[in-house]
Amino acid sequence: MTLTPDKPKAKARKLSMKERYSALTRDLDWDPSYVPADEMFPYTTFEGIKIHDWSKWEDPFRLTVDAYTKYQAEKDRRLYAVLDGFAQSQGHLSLTDASYLNAMKLFLQGVSPLEYQAHRNFAYLSRHLNGPGPRFASLCQSLDEIRHAQTEIHTLSNYNKYYSGFHSYLHMHDRVWYLSVPKSFFDDALSAGPFEFLIAIGFSFEYLLTNLLFVPFMSGASFNGDLPTMTFGFSAQSDESRHMTLGLEAIKFLLEQDPDNVPIVQHWIDKWFWRGYRVTALVAQMLDYMLPRKVMSWKEAFELYFEQQMLGGLFQDLAYYGIKPPRDVGKAIQEKEHLSHQAYWILYQFSHAAAFTTSVPSDETLDWLEEQYPDTFPTYRALWDKEKKNVANGGRHFVRGLPQLCQVCQIPMGFTEADSPFTICQRSVVFEGERYNFCSDGCQNIFEHEPVKFRQAWLPVHQIYQGNCGGADLGDVMQWYGMQPGDGGEYLGSPDHQNWLRWHAQADHSELGED
Amino acid sequence: MSVDAASRPVGVDIQESEQNRAVIEAIEATNADATVNHMPGMVRVTAPGRLVVSREAVEERLGREWETHEFQLAIISYFGHIKEWDDDEIVIAWDH
Ligand SMILES: [Fe+2]
Ligand SMILES: [Fe+2]
Ligand SMILES: [Zn+2]
Repeated sequence: MTLTPDKPKAKARKLSMKERYSALTRDLDWDPSYVPADEMFPYTTFEGIKIHDWSKWEDPFRLTVDAYTKYQAEKDRRLYAVLDGFAQSQGHLSLTDASYLNAMKLFLQGVSPLEYQAHRNFAYLSRHLNGPGPRFASLCQSLDEIRHAQTEIHTLSNYNKYYSGFHSYLHMHDRVWYLSVPKSFFDDALSAGPFEFLIAIGFSFEYLLTNLLFVPFMSGASFNGDLPTMTFGFSAQSDESRHMTLGLEAIKFLLEQDPDNVPIVQHWIDKWFWRGYRVTALVAQMLDYMLPRKVMSWKEAFELYFEQQMLGGLFQDLAYYGIKPPRDVGKAIQEKEHLSHQAYWILYQFSHAAAFTTSVPSDETLDWLEEQYPDTFPTYRALWDKEKKNVANGGRHFVRGLPQLCQVCQIPMGFTEADSPFTICQRSVVFEGERYNFCSDGCQNIFEHEPVKFRQAWLPVHQIYQGNCGGADLGDVMQWYGMQPGDGGEYLGSPDHQNWLRWHAQADHSELGED
Repeated sequence: MSVDAASRPVGVDIQESEQNRAVIEAIEATNADATVNHMPGMVRVTAPGRLVVSREAVEERLGREWETHEFQLAIISYFGHIKEWDDDEIVIAWDH
């Protein structure tokens, strides 16, 4: 048997976790005497949320600065040990295929900049929330998020030495059409008040959808030989459990403080579920199409992480406060059989204007998709069969025009109707004499609630037509995007593909045997 | 279709590593109805209603002192609500 340590006697001298937390985190707070409280905390009333007692905020992690820094330092030590080993051993050659890195390009361009923005907004909350408990939890999260941004950039910079599409990701994040989907999502949250931000990012993003967003990337990395990404992913996710807790405590706190908060929170849940869910379209296609070795289908991930855990678990809990599941959740459930296929079909046809590559799925992938989606995939498969013929005839398909975008989620209009899943869904609203278009009822509802906010949306296609993106033809726009030849387009025959074949041909030395 | 808090599953995802094996074994030993699933790079432990991580059980298997804060190095994600996290145990359960 293993040794049982002596009951630690030293513990008696130390304060318990609870005592340390209340002494070091909460007791250091004071009531202002030179200025009124509402002058010191000017941003926590305008959203209509009523808080009567900030001390009721719970933080089960009971962190103090010393414990926080001790464990974060250990997480970084572990990660950098893996990164060094990977770089020293030419680890990139043991990926399943160079095309796997398309998922990571999308991650670096689309997600890492959001980590930085999260860092900024949690820093703001750590100053501006009235209670010391949530202020300290926000401070920790702010530091976590900048750690995530930095470790992701560091990790993926190893690939930038050998592969295209990893350079200029920040420049691209602010300009490129498909990156405006995650960017506009986060900008919407950053430009909201502190409580809406907590429900948008802390609760909806970090608790409701985080598993759908991050676990597939990390498991995908693990399955495809990408040890560094798996390690940074799990390192970041270990902070995520604190972020989930902050989000869940935030919502419970708001709901418990005043019954008038309930309808406001319900509206934010409806809005931010749909906003976040639309961003997961990028994850859905990544799981089903971009990973050379599959982990699980989008449908399976959605059922496990969303339907079972959130609808079956969390929302039963929130029902106690009178909270209902998000308004458009039924549409998301219906779409689980279609989302990834529609999203990848869009990216496939527009990847000549992207910093990742796409290709017709292999027969193996097509068979796997048909197994996963027996009811719907045969229809999509017919598209790919047709496209295979185009490719065989030298006519690989790229769309030459520009698509219409949804005013809210900014995704090209390619999603279909719930009751007619192969008819494109299109909604529109006229507001002060101008027409605005939407991909879904969910996006339309969001617009109707805040038309003055969403009519300002920076829609990449409109901006190109208005002459704000470097010029009138594709080359001009690509240059303005910061893209280089070889970043996008078809994977087969791309520089990444050619290099990959060359490196592996060199590595196996089979030609030496023949001599 | 409402299911009460005592039987709705809660769970935790833990990074699969040498160091975490003792933690996972301790959770299995502490929670009689726990189910363990292996996924790429991680282990998912679920249980109906309530899941407890006990310091004593971990220390027994690890053969050294272990503070519950250390669980932060192991956890990837969870579902449920962290009801308690003190020097001796971590409890994940639904409230309502
Ligand atoms: Fe993060
Ligand atoms: Fe986070
Ligand atoms: Zn939309």
